[in-house]
Amino acid sequence: MTVVEQKVFAMSGDEAVAYAVKQSDVDVVAAYPITPQTIIVEKFSEYVHNGEVDTEFICVESEHSALTACLTAAAVGARAFTATASAGLALMHEILYVTSGCRAPVVMAVANRALSAPINIHCDHSDTMVERDSGWIQIYAENSQEAYDSIIQAFRIAEHPDILLPVMVGLDGFFLSHTLENVRILPDETVKGFLGNRKFPLVRNHEGKLVPFRLAPENPITIGPLDLYDYYFEHKRQQEEAMRRASEIIKQVHGEYANVGGRQYGDGLIETYHLEDAEIATICLGSTAGTVKTVVDELRSKGIKAGLLRIRTFRPLPVKEITVALKNVKAVGVMDRACSFGGFGGPVFHEIRHILYDAPVHPHVVNYIYGLGGRDMSYILINQIYRDLERILETNRVEKKVQFIGLRE
Amino acid sequence: MSEWKFTIKEIAEKPELFMSGHRACAGCVPATVHRLVLKAARGPVIATHATGCIEVSSTIYPYTAWKIPWIHTAFENAAANASGIEAALRVLQRKGKIKNEHVDVIAFAGDGGTYDIGIQALSGAVERGHDFLYVLYDNEAYMNTGIQRSGGTPHGAWTTTSPAGKLIPGKPQFKKPIAEIMVAHEIPYVATASPYYWKDLITKVRKGLEVEGPAFLHIIAPCPRGWRFPSEKGIEISRIIVETCMFPLWEAIDEEYKLSPPSKAIALKPEKKKPVKEYLKIQGRFRHLFTLEHEHVIEELQRIIDKRWKRLLKKCGIA
Repeated sequence: MTVVEQKVFAMSGDEAVAYAVKQSDVDVVAAYPITPQTIIVEKFSEYVHNGEVDTEFICVESEHSALTACLTAAAVGARAFTATASAGLALMHEILYVTSGCRAPVVMAVANRALSAPINIHCDHSDTMVERDSGWIQIYAENSQEAYDSIIQAFRIAEHPDILLPVMVGLDGFFLSHTLENVRILPDETVKGFLGNRKFPLVRNHEGKLVPFRLAPENPITIGPLDLYDYYFEHKRQQEEAMRRASEIIKQVHGEYANVGGRQYGDGLIETYHLEDAEIATICLGSTAGTVKTVVDELRSKGIKAGLLRIRTFRPLPVKEITVALKNVKAVGVMDRACSFGGFGGPVFHEIRHILYDAPVHPHVVNYIYGLGGRDMSYILINQIYRDLERILETNRVEKKVQFIGLRE
Repeated sequence: MSEWKFTIKEIAEKPELFMSGHRACAGCVPATVHRLVLKAARGPVIATHATGCIEVSSTIYPYTAWKIPWIHTAFENAAANASGIEAALRVLQRKGKIKNEHVDVIAFAGDGGTYDIGIQALSGAVERGHDFLYVLYDNEAYMNTGIQRSGGTPHGAWTTTSPAGKLIPGKPQFKKPIAEIMVAHEIPYVATASPYYWKDLITKVRKGLEVEGPAFLHIIAPCPRGWRFPSEKGIEISRIIVETCMFPLWEAIDEEYKLSPPSKAIALKPEKKKPVKEYLKIQGRFRHLFTLEHEHVIEELQRIIDKRWKRLLKKCGIA
């Protein structure tokens, strides 16, 4: 397959997401406005009102209903999409679990934003990190191009008959959602061909008959029943199995997409940057990786063996890939744009230290909590982290395992 | 809209869509209500349910009492469930992805899921004009969690969160006029129904399905466990609640209020209106009111019933 020719549009991350949804032949969009996601639904409303899409657009009265309507629409067989951020995602919390539990392949964009209080509209990852156990696949985009590409891939991943799990794609609020970038856009028919129609796996109904897994009068099924201690546990285990299978499917879909789109983000799960021979490395998610890459380039030009590991897929957690990627690194700085109050470091830190417990060689692993409420993660601060890692390497000593960086203390 | 006529034989011969074998309590009127509602089906139906007694007792995995496609997601969002189903049916039919036939969408919810936690989703869904029927089966408290008061619990009633205490004898507040709130949404069809008047109930369900746009049906559904009455008394109580005008039967087509025959008969012959005491005395949840110190609560309840009945008659152009 050859890479198709693509137009370049100047788009914000939100606009890129809306455009990806427009091209994905989505049947139902139900959404509620919240900064910094609002442009997605505004843009999409324009497509609807100008007849550019054939989509039922439900302007719901809350995010709770937005996700609910997407869930039931998906249960009927629709391709469904919603978008939210921060408090909106928190209001959806209950239905996030119901969506994954009902195996409804809803796709959602989250313009990552801090949680209240105090109220703050800017970027951090508190909103999605708190939902990491909700049974949703989580992909974090580094730039608007990746947000566009990831949304299209997300439908394929979510709807894969072996997966049937909802997918959320995170794009950093304002840094990506509101910043213009050049975005390469696939031709409409390429996206259409890449996605195809939804396929429905067969399930056994209460009469023992194999029927497509959807609400259809010709084959009635009951979805969302009362499920007690005699079966609930098995159903939860099935969800976990689907998550495990998702790692391979994400890689596969990402690879297929690269064949037509020409863009790759590592293997679809993680992206490494000068990591092969790196002695010191940072780990981060989202837009921060762009600045880190610049810093790594400069450090490399000075002969410092610095690298970066960007986690693109946080759920399912690419345990094997992360273990292999870090095998030569001696000091790792894990950057968290969220805080687990009272815990031992941030959520990404928890995972990384946990993964490295089984590694044959244990690097130093330190945590830098940064950028809460949209505080800029500057070039200077990232340099500071690498200097800190160099010092750790030299002294073989960690003074503070969890640090807050870029704030008044 | 020409009214659907049916005979008892036709109804009896219609297939059961809400099957026996569910685990509702003996004498459960809500279960009867569900069965009656689905007897009015005019073709394919997809149903959705808020969390509640009937939801849990009818779908204990791996069993189901539902012969039709059915989904439950949560407590407060039955109307949002219906929104998604209705929108999906519309677009998938338009795109030729599913069979092009009309499918009715029914959302069921109890009083907790309607008056209280579900009113936001309900108000939003009807404001958006989705074509669906919302059935409130009102057993006047959170029975699924063990008889706690809701916005639908009547004044003075004992519940586990409005106990008959020495200081406060039952629920201090009044029942929220939910059906009138729904009429105020300017939707094409709102009605109240009681399973004693089963023909009226089935007719109203059918009307609710037939109108274009949202319809709201408020069905009183006595609960033997929560109301404290013997399990064979549910249908009788469903009659007396209408005869006392505690739960009058009416419909509002395009906001035009009209009394239904059982209540119209009382309006025409006011002497037929029974005192609320007759309704209260057959239920344990009001037992504490039949004492000297709490008798005033019955008077207060009678006063509010009379006030609301008068208001309803006025809305119906009577008196």
